[in-house]
Amino acid sequence: MSLLEARSVSVAYRGVRAVEAVSIAVEHGEIASVIGPNGAGKTSLLAALMGLIPSDGAVIFDGVDISRLPTEARVARGLALVPESRDLFATMTVRENLALGAYRHRSEGAAARRDAMEQNFMLFPRLKERVDQLAGTLSGGERQMLAMARALMGRPRLLMLDEPSLGLAPLIVRDIFCIIATLRDSGVSILLVEQNARAALALSAHASVLENGSVTLSGDSATLSADQRVTELYLGAAVQAV
Amino acid sequence: MDSSILLALIQDGIVSGAIYALLALALVLVFAVTRTILIPVGEVVSFAALTYANLDNGKPPAVLILLLGLGVAAFLRGAIFSRGRALIQLGVETLIVPGTIAFAATLLAPLQLGVAMNAVIAIAVVAPLCPLLYRLAFAPLAEASVLVLLIAAVGTHLAISGLGLLVFGPEGARGVPFSDAVVQLGPIIFPGQAICVLAATLCVMGGLWAFFRFTLAGAALRATAINRRGARLVGIPTENAGLQAFWLAGLIAAGSGVLIAPLTTVYYDGGFLIGLKGFVAAIVGGLASYPAAALAAILVGIVESFSSFWASAFKEVIVFAGIIPVLLWRSLRHVSVEDEE
Amino acid sequence: MKPAIWLALVAATLVLPWLPGLPLFWVSLACQIGISAIIAVGLVVLTGVAGMTSFAQASLMGISAYTTALITTKLGISPWLGLPAAMAVTLVVAFAIGSITLRLSGHYLALGTIAWSVSLYYLYANLDLVGRNDGLTGIPPLSLFGQKLIDIRFSAQIIGLSLIGGMIASLHLLDSRWGRAMRSLRGGAVAAASVGVDLGRARMLAFVFAALMAALAGWLFAHMQRVVNPTSFGLVAGIQYLLMAVMGGAAHLPGALLGATAVVLVNNSLQDWLPFLFGAGVSAETIVFGVALVLILQAAPAGLWPVIAPRLSRSHRVAETALTVQTMPKLGAVALRASGLQRRFGGLVAVADLSFTLYQGELLGLIGPNGAGKSTSFNLLSGADHPDAGRVELAGQDVTGCTPQMMARRGLARSFQHARLVPSLSVIENVALGAHLRGHASPLSAILRRDRDEEAHIYAEAARQLARCGLADLADHNATSLALGQQRIVEIARALAAGPSVLLLDEPAAGLRHGEKQSLAALLRQLRDEGMAILLVEHDMEFVMSLADNLVVMDFGTVIATGKPSDVRRNPAVIEAYLGGVA
Repeated sequence: MSLLEARSVSVAYRGVRAVEAVSIAVEHGEIASVIGPNGAGKTSLLAALMGLIPSDGAVIFDGVDISRLPTEARVARGLALVPESRDLFATMTVRENLALGAYRHRSEGAAARRDAMEQNFMLFPRLKERVDQLAGTLSGGERQMLAMARALMGRPRLLMLDEPSLGLAPLIVRDIFCIIATLRDSGVSILLVEQNARAALALSAHASVLENGSVTLSGDSATLSADQRVTELYLGAAVQAV
Repeated sequence: MDSSILLALIQDGIVSGAIYALLALALVLVFAVTRTILIPVGEVVSFAALTYANLDNGKPPAVLILLLGLGVAAFLRGAIFSRGRALIQLGVETLIVPGTIAFAATLLAPLQLGVAMNAVIAIAVVAPLCPLLYRLAFAPLAEASVLVLLIAAVGTHLAISGLGLLVFGPEGARGVPFSDAVVQLGPIIFPGQAICVLAATLCVMGGLWAFFRFTLAGAALRATAINRRGARLVGIPTENAGLQAFWLAGLIAAGSGVLIAPLTTVYYDGGFLIGLKGFVAAIVGGLASYPAAALAAILVGIVESFSSFWASAFKEVIVFAGIIPVLLWRSLRHVSVEDEE
Repeated sequence: MKPAIWLALVAATLVLPWLPGLPLFWVSLACQIGISAIIAVGLVVLTGVAGMTSFAQASLMGISAYTTALITTKLGISPWLGLPAAMAVTLVVAFAIGSITLRLSGHYLALGTIAWSVSLYYLYANLDLVGRNDGLTGIPPLSLFGQKLIDIRFSAQIIGLSLIGGMIASLHLLDSRWGRAMRSLRGGAVAAASVGVDLGRARMLAFVFAALMAALAGWLFAHMQRVVNPTSFGLVAGIQYLLMAVMGGAAHLPGALLGATAVVLVNNSLQDWLPFLFGAGVSAETIVFGVALVLILQAAPAGLWPVIAPRLSRSHRVAETALTVQTMPKLGAVALRASGLQRRFGGLVAVADLSFTLYQGELLGLIGPNGAGKSTSFNLLSGADHPDAGRVELAGQDVTGCTPQMMARRGLARSFQHARLVPSLSVIENVALGAHLRGHASPLSAILRRDRDEEAHIYAEAARQLARCGLADLADHNATSLALGQQRIVEIARALAAGPSVLLLDEPAAGLRHGEKQSLAALLRQLRDEGMAILLVEHDMEFVMSLADNLVVMDFGTVIATGKPSDVRRNPAVIEAYLGGVA
């Protein structure tokens, strides 16, 4: 049984259907990716899975239909989203941001929180240097790291990442993708939404291509990387293989 | 004017400024979390002051009827939309908690257990009005613009102040001071009540600071104010944040009412002007900065105390006209063009 | 509305009060309703149309009432001369209040008016000049041909005519170029600024107009009651006037009359009945009105009027000829030049280094993957945001740091990625808003209807641009009822109505169907051939590749490639940027 299964999820915004009957699945311990150009509906899909915006269809997490639950209940079941907009607490310190990431484990006490924080610093050593700095003063790459670390503080079973490479310099992008692979190896299931199609396909086991709100291609990533249609999708049909 | 009058005026100003500072903090807190400009904060102040003052006569507080009535109204309004656990929670918060408070207050009030107990009773029966008002008036408008919320706040102020006249009558009352002691330090005389006000204000501010700085619940509330979506993503139930902010505001405002009761005769509508002075201070801080609001509040208190000495008839005119330079200053610093809705 | 209806209303106003057997008490209620409705009409313009709110309308009314009371009692001047004097004083006060608060977010104006309302109340109540709490008495009534108009039925006639006059003035003002500008303040301010509307003036106009309505009401009040004292001008009265506007429907002029009627009648019957329920001395109407205000906001935020009456579409006279065509700068002249633009947000560098030149008669595409800095660049070029370093030149002039409004005056027009149409305007009215700077009629000439010829030309121009964009059929539709793709096309029509020489388009093809894209491409080609300079930010590659003369490709805030589409699409750096390298 899949860890997460979305069954014909649709999102309508001001009369426009941003996501139209999309079905995807994430298996235990694997990375699944959703790729597609700007405006394909990727961000809306994630927001719907997280319960941030209303949607139709069913979302099954670990065998339970969670599609009517509010966001905080989904977080409590082990879902986490690192959004494209990062949504950090800009005027709070890195430490406070991380502490709040463990909000769902608040009964465990401060010592457990400190341990979890130290574990995260092993993945993101840059954050340890900046632990008392305000989140709003971090650079773009550091913000992305903090957003991921904050989500990991909740020890999620499924981590959803929306464009983790967005706007970051190539070196940092490489770091981030390394960390994503490490996380997968440590047992976290991941749903990766990316515009950087090649990196996403190289990293994931399965992938779906989202175009104008619908899944137009899906299958295992190796097959999709070889598919001519993926290239056309990004640079227009007029472009021939280079 | 000799120096003793000068010192007395400054001291007076600082004491009333401390009260305004408390209210300004409550207003900034509520605005940051819910975008509501809580005009009815003034009614909470005067209701707590009157309740404290009237507890002297050993009768159950008159405001209980309002507490229970608003509780029932909030329950009925919320019951349309809630089921299951949410309905139980609603019942507890709107019926059981107010009912228990009312019961305890009815038992304790005739025993005349002293000023400290009266202060506790007054705060306990008046503070819950604030979260009840949130449920009735503001929570259903959570998605509305700041302007609509402000109009709703003014409507609530109108209704609650009318109810206050109904409950308390037009007579004013003055509370028993917490302490009759007088402390003399060189040329300055500190009445006990003034010391109580300052000490209580510092305690509340310190407590709030510690709550926001050191507790996860406080951090969660701050986080909700900073980035609502981010707060939802870490699992904070943000719908409750508004309720918590109104609870805190209710406690602070009711506490301020009790503090002010022995200083002046309070009428059912007297809190409105007190609350408005808190606003002038909160606006100086742009409805966002706590320290700026607190300092501005002290300044408002001092301006008021000097203008009541020189031109007592125009005291209010001077204080509220003081908002003009503040708005002018904010206006000159403000450049961005944005859509309001 | 048709003149016949107004004439019928005037006739009714003149005749009805004198109907035999009509109780004078009813006439007096009608007078109260009329005075309140005049204030509420002003609030409809301020709150419903322009999206601002004042709790101080009663105070402004008080300024006017005290002014006329003072000069007629102390100086013995004719009450008729009191009107201009009262209006002038109110105008000055409103202008002062407005210039302090109108630049701030809307709630500061509202808060400011609460504070002023309280201050003015205490000022009236403590100033000897205006008789402190007792107020001023013995104010002379209006007189006509030496006859004193003391009978309340005369008052009803004068109040009724004033209300009709106020409503006509409001309707005329709203149906003009400044009316469109005021409507844009609700939900379309950014778009209006982009076509050169002076938002500050539009806000001030709405505020001053509402204040003048309050002044008219105050003058009427003073000479009908013949007594003024502070209680009529306090904050509670101010809240009641706002309640009238909100209850009736803050965006609808007839709603003002409806709300005023409801509030005055309810108030009147409450005063009769509530003392029995609550005992005398309790101002129970405040409870009822407070609760009513909150419940209306929760249950029917648009007020009662839209519930009982359908929305009428406004018709416009369209002239035979459109506005004269603006002459375009010479083909090939430099239209827009960016050099070394840089923009940082905190630690993020959104645009690191952007330089390019756009010529008249060129269609330049700005492309790049998500997050490359296109939107930020677009904002820097259009004046919506300002660079930390670098220079923007428009037709050879340095425009770095200019506001969108100044850019519009210099011939730049733009569309928005998320279409920003004014929700309360129809499609053609939104396009007519674009021609704001090409009209010159003042608000006063609009009220007097001296702007009709100019307006007809503006609408002809709007119709011409709509037809050009293929949306002529949708002219009278509600702007926000259109599909998002069509809304973007309306934005292009609005930009064209401004008569620009440089056009910046932010993803115009998004959400369009294939056929619609084709006609948009045809239109853009035609505009280019006419000599317009067009910058296109787009991520629909097929669209931009087939259309643009040249491309600028951005990634990480810098330009990674420039040139003809055919060259750019073979550039390895571009392919890398779009598809991503393997990590």
